[in-house]
Amino acid sequence: MTLHSAKIGQPVSRIDGLAKVTGQARYAAEPHPAGMLYGFIVNSPIARGRIETIRDEAARAVPGVVEIMTHLNRPHSALFEKSYMDGLGVPGSPYRPLHDAEISFNGQPVAVVLAETFEAAREAAMLLEVDYERWPHNADFEASLHQKYMPSKTRSNYVPPKSRGNAAEAYALSPIKIEGRYHLAPEHHNPMEMHATTVIAEDDGTFTVWDKTQGPQAVQAYLTSALSLSKDQVRVRNPYVGGAFGSGLRAQHNVFLAALGAKMLKRSVRITLTRQQMFTHVFRPEAVMNIALGAQPDGTLQSMIVDGVTDTSRFEHNMENLVIWGLINYKCPNATADYKVAPRDTYTSSDMRAPGAATGVNLFEMAVDEMAYACNMDPLAFRLHNYSDIDAMHDMPLTSKALKEAMHEGAERFGWYNRPIAPKSMRDGKELIGWGMATGIWDAMFSPTSARATLIADGRLHIATAASDIGTGTYTILAQTASEAFGIPIEMIDIELGDSTLPECPTEGGSWTAASAGAAVWLACQSLREKLFKTLGKSGNISAWLTAGLSNNTTVLQDGFLQDKDADENLRLSLSEALSLTGQDRLEVEETAKPGLRGTISQMRKARFTHSAVFCEVRVDEELGIVRVTRLVNAVAAGRIMNPKTAASQVRGAMVMATGMALHEESLMDERVGRFMNHNFAEYHIPAHADIPDMDVLFVEEKDREVSPLGVKGVGEIGMCGTAAAIANAIFHATGQRHRSLPITPGN
Amino acid sequence: MRQFSYSRPDTLDTACHTPDHTRYLAGGTNLIDLMKSDVERPEHVVDLSALSMSQIEERPDGGLRLGALATNADTAAHPLVTERYPLLASAILAGASPQIRNRATNGGNLNQRTRCHYFYDPDMACNKRSPGTGCSAKGGRNRIMAILGTSDACIATFPSDMCVALAALNATVHLTGPEGERSVPLRDYHRLPEDTPWQDNILRTGEIVTSIDLPPLSFGSHHTYLKIRDRLSFAFAIVSVAAGLQMENNTIGKACIAMGGVGTKPWCVPEAEALLEGKTPSPSLFRDAAECLLQGAVTDRDNAAKLKLAPRVIIRALSQAAAGTPQSQTQKTIF
Amino acid sequence: MTDVSVTSPCRLRINGEPCTIDIPPSVTLLDLLRERLDLTGTKKGCDHGQCGACTVLVNGKRVKSCLILAVSIPDAEVTTIEGLSRDGQMHPMQQAFLDQDAFQCGYCTPGQIMSAVALMEEGHVHTREEIREFMSGNLCRCGAYNGILDAIEQVIAQQQQDRAGEAA
Repeated sequence: MTLHSAKIGQPVSRIDGLAKVTGQARYAAEPHPAGMLYGFIVNSPIARGRIETIRDEAARAVPGVVEIMTHLNRPHSALFEKSYMDGLGVPGSPYRPLHDAEISFNGQPVAVVLAETFEAAREAAMLLEVDYERWPHNADFEASLHQKYMPSKTRSNYVPPKSRGNAAEAYALSPIKIEGRYHLAPEHHNPMEMHATTVIAEDDGTFTVWDKTQGPQAVQAYLTSALSLSKDQVRVRNPYVGGAFGSGLRAQHNVFLAALGAKMLKRSVRITLTRQQMFTHVFRPEAVMNIALGAQPDGTLQSMIVDGVTDTSRFEHNMENLVIWGLINYKCPNATADYKVAPRDTYTSSDMRAPGAATGVNLFEMAVDEMAYACNMDPLAFRLHNYSDIDAMHDMPLTSKALKEAMHEGAERFGWYNRPIAPKSMRDGKELIGWGMATGIWDAMFSPTSARATLIADGRLHIATAASDIGTGTYTILAQTASEAFGIPIEMIDIELGDSTLPECPTEGGSWTAASAGAAVWLACQSLREKLFKTLGKSGNISAWLTAGLSNNTTVLQDGFLQDKDADENLRLSLSEALSLTGQDRLEVEETAKPGLRGTISQMRKARFTHSAVFCEVRVDEELGIVRVTRLVNAVAAGRIMNPKTAASQVRGAMVMATGMALHEESLMDERVGRFMNHNFAEYHIPAHADIPDMDVLFVEEKDREVSPLGVKGVGEIGMCGTAAAIANAIFHATGQRHRSLPITPGN
Repeated sequence: MRQFSYSRPDTLDTACHTPDHTRYLAGGTNLIDLMKSDVERPEHVVDLSALSMSQIEERPDGGLRLGALATNADTAAHPLVTERYPLLASAILAGASPQIRNRATNGGNLNQRTRCHYFYDPDMACNKRSPGTGCSAKGGRNRIMAILGTSDACIATFPSDMCVALAALNATVHLTGPEGERSVPLRDYHRLPEDTPWQDNILRTGEIVTSIDLPPLSFGSHHTYLKIRDRLSFAFAIVSVAAGLQMENNTIGKACIAMGGVGTKPWCVPEAEALLEGKTPSPSLFRDAAECLLQGAVTDRDNAAKLKLAPRVIIRALSQAAAGTPQSQTQKTIF
Repeated sequence: MTDVSVTSPCRLRINGEPCTIDIPPSVTLLDLLRERLDLTGTKKGCDHGQCGACTVLVNGKRVKSCLILAVSIPDAEVTTIEGLSRDGQMHPMQQAFLDQDAFQCGYCTPGQIMSAVALMEEGHVHTREEIREFMSGNLCRCGAYNGILDAIEQVIAQQQQDRAGEAA
């Protein structure tokens, strides 16, 4: 591969791909330190109450069992709740594993068996007997709605809805109205790799913690604080992460418990959750949105009233940006929205891919489709008619919004313009065919990030930052960035990620990594090149052409060689030679990409979003109601695309998850006990190969020099936003039947 | 999974004479799953894989004998099965995944246990798993539970696809136990839960399924296995129908029909079959058959959708069988 | 009848190498590979046969290693992802997965690749629908399904080309 094919914007194959397709990539549960113990968690079968007695004789009698750790015998951990706070900023009292006898949610860990083998730990966990005092609980979402509230302290990323005009009056006066209650079932992230931690007790008394997380530095901070350890005692690594989708944003209890066990026994410990246990922690909240829209007969929106609720636990106030998206994205003189959370006795819901927007955009876009039909308008035409060029909620200009272009290009690709408006107007045999569309919107975020660039003796470039590649292609796009910024072929670059000891990088999530870590790497590489030139210039023992070039600013670094752009191209110097001429064995710089003054002003004055237009074809068996998604086209406007190959995969992947949201995924709460009952992959259905058609993803040109230093917006979440609505809207177009609750399962 | 002893006998006789609390291991695709979930807690696991019971061979009467240890995959791909019993091949291919079908055996398929969430979760009351504890599926999240053959003690669905076809085909099960051999019609092999839901079938202690016989029976192309599920592959049935019709001059001769996903056992109603025989296929005839098949259906909190879907699936399956257009398990359009 | 005791002998050939080990009978083939032989390329995604991440070949057939007691397949030939590449040369299916971006996080990937290799042997590759159906035992939460299909079709096309070349 040459430099040219490795630049930003090229469809480079994943540089971590070889390790992944050969089984060499090691995930959190895969290092194997000598003498490691296996931990197996025992979970509470009740939702609220307290542990009365723990009878562990039978469990301890299992050969190989070393310890059974409970709230009674655990080693010291931090007393105060604030020590368990994490970077996600969910207000409330964070859950403290094995802290005391109190039970606040079904599935709460009550003990950890530590044994020499996995089999012994698992068996002993089955033999542990725990008696509980049961307290009344409520795990029913509908019942919890009566207790909905606005937390006095909000999540740090919470954007309060802002009203404009007089929505109630305008709604009353609107000649055309729709009003409905829209609902989304709770969902579980279910990455293929189950949450797992391997804590390696090093000889020097420190712990190396391999954890499935999206933020090694966040986990390190959490562990040091919660376990009262010093920062240099804990190193967290996550070079490969088997998917996360938000489930690795917070430190999950497995990492705390594994570290607690290691601290207690001074031995290495591995805890892997079972798939069933993956349903005992984080999930996407159940949500209900009441949406009322009013319009003129010509399709001009007059009023939008949105009122939404998501669930949270009794001990933390998880919040989502649920209700704002329609208010931001549509031109409409009168709009208002209200948001509350409803508490129930479960674990705290939290962020899952495109938190807030996946729910809020999809449900709102289903309502928009209804409004378009109420106005007897083509849904695409209706959206174009009410198109906003600004953030209509904050009355703020945008750094860019190529949604109109996305709508047109997507419609063109799909063949939308031949669509008959009337529902139930296309059929093929026993199947009704429907075409639906929706738009998507998600934040384009940028966070300060640091990266280190090092030129080493053999002429290779080493890049390091504490980012996480959770399947997002981060290794690859950072290599492309470094290749272009430094002027070196991609094969000569090593990328090191997933280690808390590396330069500071925020937790992966929210689609901000590409923009943020990319900018940091760019900066570090440019700075390293300058440093190399400067150091060479001072060294005194370099060729005349290079001396001249450096003083005339005509020296360039390309394809891994220093050359003079005005001189003979045969005169060149390799990086290893250049480095040896400096007399140093390595040259290193660390840089931090920050918004800067201009960026900060821009962030205050302009809003920034990624947009998309999704088009879907479904076939619905008229009698049986079986839905097949047969075509999906997603036109995405996401600024500069660093790697169209991996970016398209990201978008397609989110569209698969959104297909699950529309048709399959639903965690079934048995409110009598507070447990999600379909806690496995046979009964919690994520889409399989057979459910997914060929998907067409296109990126619309969107030059945006303002949104982030490299013009990148990120593509991790946008595929979630709008796709589920496009499917639901297509089902309406096929059948004439409106579904306001997702998922739409057979028989409903 | 709790500790157990493991043995792999090489004679059927040894295998039949086993201590209490023994479970037989064949493909393991269900038993090991259940042991990991702490639902099955055998003290002894007797592995049958060394026994030679995996042949598939023709019977003198023109029927076919399926060895109990033949894998689902080998059975579905066997030329005699695909030629003569394509309904069975289709039902097998509608179930599980290729990897599971490569291990799962025919005998094991008969003995697989329910997918009821509450059965699978030892923290929940379940009469099938822990006799006398109650049934938490009733009034719980039960959209996958049965609507036919249920009792106050249990509403768990029998999950097999293959057995639905075997029931439709009137297969016979051969058993060998400490007291000798016996044969049972497949339709009588599985039990209704009544007040002893822990007994899924009529197997006695030490009895082993040795083979399954298919009677000589041909429907030509007038058969189908139509399965409705929550995703388009690799999911248990919400409603499935196996149907075979012997058609002569647009008149139904022998009719065979069984349902999966809705009953506590593979669901057959001989009256429904009788009702079809000698008649000309028509939507109203199929409606009558559906009504007959679903007589006595009872829904609970979440599973009313099954009762709504079931008659439509029956009618469609019978239409497919009558038309001679069996459902493809690959092409997902339902004709 | 084999001895009934706490551990049982387990005798296998794994990626061509003989493997003899005494283990409790409760050890699954998957846990044997991952926890006792350090062959962690085979993944645990559910441990209940519902995801396909643990797919390996046993005597040439694809199976879910999480649902097999290691002691119950004496003398079996087991092939894992680590045994797929020969002499440092990637198997064409591995190369195709790389070329087609048929994965993201990479966790289901070894299972998908093993399954795809077996699928080719089985011959269930006549249409895209058929491939989809016969790959549905392998879930992918990153949603790389399109790429996986493209990868399989890339190998099919290569094989056809090779055969045409041989014929000529």
